[in-house]
Amino acid sequence: MAAITSSSFGHYSHAIVRGIPASLPAAALRIENQGEVNLENARREHAVYVETLKKLGLHVHELAADEQFPDCVFVEDAAVVVGGTALITRPGAPSRRKEVEVVKSVLEDLHLNVVEMQDESATLDGGDVLFTGKEIFVGMSKRTNQRGAEILADTFKDYAVSKIPVTDRLHLKTICGAAGPNVIVIGTGEAPQKVLKTMQQMSDYRYEKLTVPDDVAANCIYFNIPGKGNVLIHCAQEEFPESAKVFQKLKDYTLIPVPNSELAKVDGGLTCLSILINKSTEI
Amino acid sequence: MTTEGDTGVEVQKETEKSDEQPASPSHQQSPQSTSSSLENREERADSSGDQHQDTEAQSPPQGGGSPAGTPPSSKSSPSSDKKERNPSGGKGISRFLPSWRKKQRSQSQTSEEDAGKEEPAPVKEEETTADKDQNVKLEEEVVKSEEPKEEVDKQEKHSVSGSEAQPAREDGKEEKSDEKATDIKEDKVDSDEKIEPEEAKRETKEVQTVHTRMEKSPKKTPKKVKTVPCRVVLLDGTEYPCEIEKRSKGQVLFDKVCAHLNLLEKDYFGLTYRDSTDQKNWLDLIKDIKKQIRNYPWQFAFNVKFYPPDPSQLTEDITRYLLCLQLRQDIASGRLPCSFVTHALLGSYTLQAELGDYSADDQRLESISEFQFAPNQTKELEDKIMELHKTHRGLTPAMADSQFLENAKKLSMYGVDLHHAKDSEAVDIMLGVCANGLLIYKDRLRINRFAWPKILKISYKRSNFYIKIRPGETEHFESTIGFKLPSHRAAKRLWKVCVEHHTFFRLLSPEQPPKAKFLTLGSKFRYSGRTQAQTRQASTLIDRPAPYFERTSSKRISRSLDGPNTLPYAKKLDADLPEEFRPSEVTEWDGIKEMLRTLTIAPELSAADEDLIRDSTFDQPVSVNEVKPSASEPVLRDEKRSEELLSQPPELELHKETKNIADQAEETTTGSADNIVKISDENQKPEVKKKAEDLPLETVVNVETEGMPKLIPGGEKEVKQLAPQGEVCGRKDSTSSSDSSNESEGEEGGEYHTQTKLAENTIKEEEENEDMTQNEEPGKSPRTDTIQGTRAILVNSENVLNKELVFQNEVQEKMEDLMDKQVKKTEQHQKEEHPQVNGVMLHHETDDSIHIIQYTEPPVVKTEMVTISDASQKNEIATKEVPILHTETKTITYEAAETDGGGDNEPAMLLSAQTITSESISTTTTTHITKTVKGGISETRIEKRIVITGDADIDHDEALAQAIKEAKEQHPDMSVTRVVVHKETELTEEGED
Repeated sequence: MAAITSSSFGHYSHAIVRGIPASLPAAALRIENQGEVNLENARREHAVYVETLKKLGLHVHELAADEQFPDCVFVEDAAVVVGGTALITRPGAPSRRKEVEVVKSVLEDLHLNVVEMQDESATLDGGDVLFTGKEIFVGMSKRTNQRGAEILADTFKDYAVSKIPVTDRLHLKTICGAAGPNVIVIGTGEAPQKVLKTMQQMSDYRYEKLTVPDDVAANCIYFNIPGKGNVLIHCAQEEFPESAKVFQKLKDYTLIPVPNSELAKVDGGLTCLSILINKSTEI
Repeated sequence: MTTEGDTGVEVQKETEKSDEQPASPSHQQSPQSTSSSLENREERADSSGDQHQDTEAQSPPQGGGSPAGTPPSSKSSPSSDKKERNPSGGKGISRFLPSWRKKQRSQSQTSEEDAGKEEPAPVKEEETTADKDQNVKLEEEVVKSEEPKEEVDKQEKHSVSGSEAQPAREDGKEEKSDEKATDIKEDKVDSDEKIEPEEAKRETKEVQTVHTRMEKSPKKTPKKVKTVPCRVVLLDGTEYPCEIEKRSKGQVLFDKVCAHLNLLEKDYFGLTYRDSTDQKNWLDLIKDIKKQIRNYPWQFAFNVKFYPPDPSQLTEDITRYLLCLQLRQDIASGRLPCSFVTHALLGSYTLQAELGDYSADDQRLESISEFQFAPNQTKELEDKIMELHKTHRGLTPAMADSQFLENAKKLSMYGVDLHHAKDSEAVDIMLGVCANGLLIYKDRLRINRFAWPKILKISYKRSNFYIKIRPGETEHFESTIGFKLPSHRAAKRLWKVCVEHHTFFRLLSPEQPPKAKFLTLGSKFRYSGRTQAQTRQASTLIDRPAPYFERTSSKRISRSLDGPNTLPYAKKLDADLPEEFRPSEVTEWDGIKEMLRTLTIAPELSAADEDLIRDSTFDQPVSVNEVKPSASEPVLRDEKRSEELLSQPPELELHKETKNIADQAEETTTGSADNIVKISDENQKPEVKKKAEDLPLETVVNVETEGMPKLIPGGEKEVKQLAPQGEVCGRKDSTSSSDSSNESEGEEGGEYHTQTKLAENTIKEEEENEDMTQNEEPGKSPRTDTIQGTRAILVNSENVLNKELVFQNEVQEKMEDLMDKQVKKTEQHQKEEHPQVNGVMLHHETDDSIHIIQYTEPPVVKTEMVTISDASQKNEIATKEVPILHTETKTITYEAAETDGGGDNEPAMLLSAQTITSESISTTTTTHITKTVKGGISETRIEKRIVITGDADIDHDEALAQAIKEAKEQHPDMSVTRVVVHKETELTEEGED
């Protein structure tokens, strides 16, 4: 009912995920070569991820991979869902534009208020959109432009939508995350710190910040699960031991490390792999 | 109907009038249009008469300033004066008082009758008799005019009763039938006068205003109170008609409306009116209504001015209810955008509050589409609203309102006052003023945000609006960000809103207007109401049973919004809403060409350490001044002395502004209320010059010498006047009008320093500056940096203090030897803040020529436009535009005869030099201390330059006196040997917009 209360932040009832196409290791977009993706391992890790969501009680819609779209596993980029509204994006990478179609139909099936980005000049990747429960930050990266950000702002009128310049990184959420209604996780690198400063300046709210030594480890997923309280899906200890330790400092959290070593090679973070929806907020 | 009596503007006014007057009947709404033509004529005549009077009242050339002692010998048009002037006479005088002072006076004067009626105490009385309350309020205003109370009451009652059915002036008309004759006659006189050439008219006026006024003010003559019908559109869409005395301050009307609404927590609200460009303006409560609305019909809207960030902290349900009404309006109009879901939720609470529990067979629900919940209301939305309505069963209206507010307050645009602007690249953006600071939007996207603690100064000049930003953690320079507003008025409007919001939300108590502080140009406007902290405090004292009030159906609102005729005003209200951030068609961009030429900005990129020092004054208001023994008080304490001071106004007339030393006078004199002495100043250039030449400026000298009689051979002064070339501060000057009203559109600009001197006055929220607390690793937090910076500053100012003390001792040692020689010299430089390139810094030279008036060419000021509006471009400072700024400068130097001067060629050895800069509300003080040894005699010279920026309506004389006084206090053992007043004003070419 509470349409704009931050207390509902982290409440999710549904999730959309998509399989990993075999074309990913060879054809997926990447900023720089970080090694060959092992498809088998990637799929194994992905399965763990999906299983985790299910264990958390979410209804998971598993979309089949489409070989035409090597990057299709990263469904997050295809839509931004906040409250009962879903904005179908226009991904910055032309090769990914058509990924949104199947996602859109699922969202419509869920009876969300689906908004499409009609403007041909606009680009927006869901990975650039950080929702903190109180407001939205949109990263101005290579994938997201001013017009896309404006449409985002116009779609989610209840919230302040502030633009944050992002350089050197793929997406805003590559280097930061929301670990609770009042907690922002951020890397120690120069780029993340710059991003943090901008967010601080733009925000009407005050957040606690959790600084992790590995920039990409900041990407995490927060849930507020009835009966379980705060739940955080974050990086695995094997991949980022120091950062994992930082997460362990969080009090009253159920921490779930999930491996993501393979997809990380093509700039995929944990949030990239799903679209989270709370049907109960939809009145 | 009036400008601020700015004679400079007079010219325009006249033309304006010819243009607008014919149209005015149509402006006037129904009541007037139905009244007789005679009445219309009278109305018009009245207004012109009033206007004229105002002009007189305020173009107190030398005259207005003439103190009580001045003989009324040269009164020239007495007959009309006597009759009608009285009411205004009293007021006219009070008009010269700074607003804060006025308030005081009115309070004290009415204290016997309505003691305690002012604030929370009155609760009971207000509640019992609204009428009485109104009368009382009116009295507060009127007593000032020294009119018999009975008369007022009578009038007032008439208005009140008459207002119900027929807003027109029928009652008053009859009652005043006997007055009409005189009115008309007088008006004729006035209009005749108007036809005369400006010059002649002014001459007469000067004389007459000044003296008549003095003579009359003490008298109490029964007055005919001219009332004007007002219409106030309330938040429920209804209209509240009332009559109000024509010369009323905004407060009178506002109080009346609040009484009508039975509202006690009124500080969150205000009245708006539309100007010629159909822009919404806030009625300034401490100023005359008619000066603000001018020719526009007396139509207002009652609105929320400051949206409480947490409505649950409001004390009364009725206040919350009114806030709900405002928000429903905001939402329905699109000014407060929200999502479908939120529309539905808020709409459902509205239904619950207005209809109560959902009932399936409720007929009222059939008309749900008559409610307006959203700008684009769909059936789907209505269905959703009904669905949600069912879930609110059991909520009382007050609870439903509270829920409504709890959800509405979280909307990102809640309480954000949007203004159209352009950034440096002429991109349309929106500036949003809110409780926390200033927000910058591009379309709906927030592209930057400046929290109040980040903002050091807010200013506007012409149609440009500037904010000076506190340097960040890694930055060394303050940066100034400029925005182009569609017009000068828009810039000023934005500036005022910022000043008000900052004061209301960020300070504990309002700051006094920059009155006594030195010369100021630009708007003196400050928020004078209660701050949120104060109003919350006051609210805790509210002790009345929850007042009954009827919730009006918002159907009514929606209808009125739709209906073309019912409520044109309300409709208009929404029309200009910056809804959806769509840039409105800008009619005001005409000024842009000019704007481009004149973009200016005070170069703010000062050296880092200078900034430190400046900052120190914020943190340590004590600074250099207060450590000193104040020795010169006697000067002003001496009653006789000050009287004398006051009685020689002409000598003090350095500038054009109306001036009022009354403040000081009252501190020291017995302060009989009628004895307000004003020294006002001249706006007519020729006159000024004349005066400057003729009058030996002895008053100033007296001040100087008072403390140090031995050191200063009185009498010899140097008067240097660098005359202005261009026009100055404009048209006011050049056209010799006096603009004593703050409201003047002629104000070129205004400044407002957000860092109040009293650090304690700022609400201690967690420093917004660089927040986001750290969860771990304290690291190098910005916060720490700030603190370090402050420490450094403190050390710095201590050093300064020490040095000063040392040097004072030295000075005292030398005193004996030097008594005759007078080698000490203190210079006071007072000039305006604009950078001078080929400017006239003649006062720097030790030119001893006496009584020389110099004219210089208009300086060309090169300025840079620094514009950053986007966080992402924050570090790129564009400095492309180098507009030419036409300015007028005027320098007057008073100099005591000296034996040394810089004139002799004996070489001096510099022992030390030191520069201290401090900055306060509207002034920047640079103190330059040099110690030299020359011929075995050590000389300490303190040169203090005070730069004041601001409005035209500054009390220059007072500021000067204050400056001198302070200088003397700081350095009791030194003499003031030279005072240079350098005024620089920017030329205006802008019309009335």
